[in-house]
Formats: sequence, C-alpha cells, structure tokens
Amino acid sequence: MENTRNKEYYISEFKKTEASMNGEASSSFHQVRKNAISRFEELGFPTIKNEDWKYTNVKQLFDFDFTGGNAAGVTKKDVDALHIKGLNENIIVLVNGVYSEKLSFVKKQNGGIIIENLNSVLKNNPELVLDHIGRYATIDNGFTALNTAFAKEGTVIIIPDNAEVKGHIHILNITGEAGKHILTQPRNLIITGKNTKVNIIESYHSTGSEANLVNAVNEVVVGENSFVEIYRLQQENQDSFHINRTQAVQARNSVFTHFSVTLGGGLVRNDTNILLNDENCTGNLYGLYLTEGSQHVDNHTLIDHAKPHCQSNEMYKGVLNESSRGVFNGKVFVREDAQKTNAYQSNKAILLTSDASIDTKPQLEIYADDVKCSHGAAIGQLDDEAVFYLRSRGISADMAKTVLIRAFANDIFETIENETFHEHLNQLVFEKLG
Amino acid sequence: MLTVKDLFVRVEDKEILKGINLEVNAGEVHAIMGPNGSGKSTLANVIAGKDGYEVTGGSVTMDGMDLLDMSPEERAREGVFLAFQYPVEIPGVSNATFLKTALNEIRKHKGLEELDAMNFLKFMREKMKVVGIDEKLINRPVNQGFSGGEKKRNEIFQLQMLQPKLAVLDETDSGLDIDALKIVSNGVNLFRGKDNAVVVVTHYQRLLDYIVPDFVHVLVDGRIVKSGGKELALELEEKGYDWVINPEAETAAV
Repeated sequence: MENTRNKEYYISEFKKTEASMNGEASSSFHQVRKNAISRFEELGFPTIKNEDWKYTNVKQLFDFDFTGGNAAGVTKKDVDALHIKGLNENIIVLVNGVYSEKLSFVKKQNGGIIIENLNSVLKNNPELVLDHIGRYATIDNGFTALNTAFAKEGTVIIIPDNAEVKGHIHILNITGEAGKHILTQPRNLIITGKNTKVNIIESYHSTGSEANLVNAVNEVVVGENSFVEIYRLQQENQDSFHINRTQAVQARNSVFTHFSVTLGGGLVRNDTNILLNDENCTGNLYGLYLTEGSQHVDNHTLIDHAKPHCQSNEMYKGVLNESSRGVFNGKVFVREDAQKTNAYQSNKAILLTSDASIDTKPQLEIYADDVKCSHGAAIGQLDDEAVFYLRSRGISADMAKTVLIRAFANDIFETIENETFHEHLNQLVFEKLG
Repeated sequence: MLTVKDLFVRVEDKEILKGINLEVNAGEVHAIMGPNGSGKSTLANVIAGKDGYEVTGGSVTMDGMDLLDMSPEERAREGVFLAFQYPVEIPGVSNATFLKTALNEIRKHKGLEELDAMNFLKFMREKMKVVGIDEKLINRPVNQGFSGGEKKRNEIFQLQMLQPKLAVLDETDSGLDIDALKIVSNGVNLFRGKDNAVVVVTHYQRLLDYIVPDFVHVLVDGRIVKSGGKELALELEEKGYDWVINPEAETAAV
C-alpha cells in the first residue's frame, strides 16, 4: 500500500513540475521525461518479488519524506576538503543535487570539449544530448524511470574525436541539510569520440547524519579507440540511501575501466553494466566495499559481450563487519556472435563476524562456442593463523586485522594505475578500518 | 629467565602436557627433543600465546612476568619470539613493511624512538647479511612463494631483526638441506648471548650439531622424562626414543 502511495506522490510531483515549466514542457527532451514517468507508473519501485531485487528491500525508503534542498549550508571549505589533491584539475560540484557554479571549477579545455551541467546544456544546446540521454540506460526499473523523468541536474561531458582533456574530472556530490531528508537525482552523460582518453571521479558525500536518497544514473559512450576510466566513491553517512546505475557502451578497440568503492551509505544498490558492442574491446569492472554496522551494499553487474574478440575482467572484493550485509550478482552474457570472448570474473568476501552475511551469485549465459569464461566466488574469514603470526611479532590484534584486510584488498589496489587515486583510496581504507 | 612450572595443557578434550617443569636461564640453550605427538610444539605454542590451548594447571613466567596472562603481542614486545614450524604466508603484505611495523611496535613498547625508513633500511641490510637473505625476498609478500628453506631462513632473519630475550625455535630444521641448515644455525649462534636464551624444539639431533645445547630434555607423552647435557642428544640419536620411553625393555634386552 505504502508503495503505491509513494508512486503516486512522485507522479503528482512530476505533474506539478510540468505545470510550472515555461515553454520547456513542449521541448523534445520533455517528451523523454514524459515517457519515463509513464514507465515509472507501470513499474513502480522494485520489490523483493523481483528477482533482481530479491536481496535488497527498498521499502525503508517509504519511511522518509524526501525533498529538495538548498546549497546554503555547504561552504567552499567543506567542498575543498573533499578535493583529491592531484586529481582536482576540473571539479563539478552538486550540492543537494543542484549544480553549484560557485564551487565548481573547470579548466579551459581544447575546442569542442564540453564539461557542463546538464541543466544548462538542456537550456542552451539540447541537441547535444537528445540523441543520447535515455538511449543506453534503458528503463528497466522504477529508479531509472524516476531519474529520467526528473532528469535536470548532472554533468555532461562530451569529448570530440582526437581531443585531449586537460586533467581529471571530478564530479563531486555533496548532500544533506539539517532537519531534512534530501532527494537528489543526478544524471550524468559522458560521450567520447575516437582516440580520446578521460579519467573521471564520481564521488558522493553527506553533510550531517540525516537519511538522504541519491538516485543517480550515468550513461557512458566509449568511442572507438578511446580509453575511459571512472572511479566511483561512495562515502555517504550510514543512514543514507544510494541507488546508482551506470551503463557503458563500448565501440571498437576501446577500453573502459570502472572502479566502485563503497565505504559509506546505509543502503547502497549499484547496477554497473557494460555493453561490449564492437570487436576488440576491453571492459574492466573492479569493486571494493567495506561495511560495518547495519550497512547493506548490493552490487549488480552486467557485462554483455555482443561482439567477437573482446575481453572483460571483473573483480569485486568485500569486507563485512558487524551485522552488515552484502549482495553480489555478476551477470556475464556472451552472445552468439561473440566468438573468441575472454571473460574473467572473481568475487570474494571476508565476513569478520558471524552476524555479517553476503548473498553472492555469478550468472554466466554463454551462447557462443569458442570462448574462455571463468568465474570464482569465495567467502571466508580472516586467517587466524596469519593473525597469530603477526601478533607473535608484536603487532596488536587490531592492527593485525587491519593489515590482513588491506592485504586481502590488495588485488584491487594492484589494478589501480593512477598512483594518486591508489594512495587516496589506501588512506580511506585505513581510516575506515581504523 | 623462563620458568615453566607443573604445566598442564589440553587441546579440546585431550590432555597434551601433563606437568612440565623447565628452568631456562639467560645465556643458555635448551633443546627439547621427543617423538611426534609428544607435545613439543604445544609447549612452544603455549609459550608464544597461540589460541586453542587450554592451560589447566601450572604457570609460565619470564623474568617474573606471568606470560599466560599476556596477549601474544605483549609477550612479543617483552621479548618472546617463536620461530614457526610452518611460517604463514601473508599475500599482500611485504616482508619489509611487516618487519618495520613489528620492530617499531616493540621499540615503542620499550620507550625507544621508532626507526624511520632510512635507519630501518640500514639496520635491515646489516641483518640480511647475517642470514644471507636475498633483497628480493625482503620485498616480496611475507613468505609467499618462498621455498621451505627460504621460509625458515626468514624466521631466523626476523629473530635477528627483533632481537628478543627468549627465542623458541619450533622444528626449525625440518625441510632444510645441509647448506640451509648451516646458515640458519649460524644465524641462531650469532644471536646467542649472555642476556638471552634459546629453546630449540626438535625431533632430530642433527640441528644440535650446529646449535650446540647446554641442556637436553626428552619430552614423551606430555612429560619430560629425561634431562641431561648435550651428550644426551647423541645417545638418543644412537639408541632411538624407545630407549627413554621403555628403558626396562632396553635393559632386559641387554
């Protein structure tokens, strides 16, 4: 019942927004939104009856009256503290889901490169995004539908053929307002042409301890011969909700690498999907999550091998403390056409207590006959022998555990080529374990 | 230095040590010999503080401190060192980082300044020479992919680095060829001094050719059944453990 009420609430919000629009309601993009809200009306919010949401119950969401917020409570100092030194050449800041011009900074880029907030692109150059938005992250659940229906804020990155981006691009989301539960729905679109290279950091933070909801959708087009890397850092407070959908589509000879790091958030659901849509592509999905308390972190991934001679590497590792819960579902499709596919998947978790738990499911569907696919899942505890070995040399029990957890995560660290991010993440992990 | 008094230890429901008495003074080397399953490794592990052993009676003290009341790390910081029979592989943690952390924890406990990277490296290089350990092994993850001999050598390298008061060597000779045995023994002999003590736990006498003990104790079925000087080890080698387990049968046969 509550579910229906909430569905209707969002639909009526949509109508209100629509009524207050001047002219924009007749724009082509608004048609995309309208289609999305009618899809949302059909789909509603997912329930645990839906196989893809079996282990993640979002009904707690309906306990909160989520609303918009303003930027007044967030200072430059707050945001500066979240910059990652060495990766802060271009910073796009969204405070409570709204682009902040004052806190953002973009280097002067070469001709044709666009790094801009979605709202201004929709107002001034909607043709840049019309052919793309909603085309890759197709609506298959209520959250994506809702994000699309309300799509307004977010970041558009367009890199034309052969253009060189200066510096990294950090999309920094900071959410929270005293006494309120904030809803944000960032929509990011990243489109690269041929022979380009771009590194993006997508980070999420809270101010205060109120429960907020971030419902983010990212669409990424990796152009021919291009190299796109995304680091997603989730560091919200442990009462917050975060639903994140990332869909990448790769063209010939491209490389897409995604790192998902989840340290914060109360209930986190990530759908991180790659479509290897032409020959000789490499898709990499790496993930690390450290949970405690009653955190719930669900990582769903889909690697869709549509064409021959592509490879994918996937490795997720989790460390679950106290009564936290993890979910991992890794789908790999190898389509009939996708001969000579090489797909590797590994997912491992350590449960530090008997109250922590994880549901894990690799799901390989292979329709081609000349392929190499492997997957492995392992769930275990910290090695007591190793803990004793370290302690017998004078290292405290707590530090021994920290050292071993960091060692467990080392495979993920080894895949991070960017030294600055490597060091940043190392620090975050030690802080979280400390 | 080390005093073990009337020590009784159980593992699950099985009584393993049944009243051990042992007095080890500074400057001494004691060998504990015995057949498989006699409780040698249990004694070593109880001294170091490993979980899974239930002490049902007796005491273990070092310089008057009640070791049984201390965590493994506290014992290590006070100067207890166990060279493991099966050194543990720890992927993802380099030997050098591990040792620097351990050494500085011990130094902090002693009220000494922590060694910085430079001084640590200098100190480590000196000790590497002592046990002839390769720099490549130092930068690798702890014991990972090491041969049996390399692992044992690494234990003695750690002994040299940490300079404990009491070193307990658990079957350090197993899996070593004669060259490695000499190197490992040399590392232990260089460690020996008037202010520290060594307890060598071994099944075979051959290690004692290189690490010559002051005292030899024979442990059988959880009890020390015979103690003597270094010549006892040779006698055991010649006559076998049956000679101490069942002396009357032996006498009767003669």
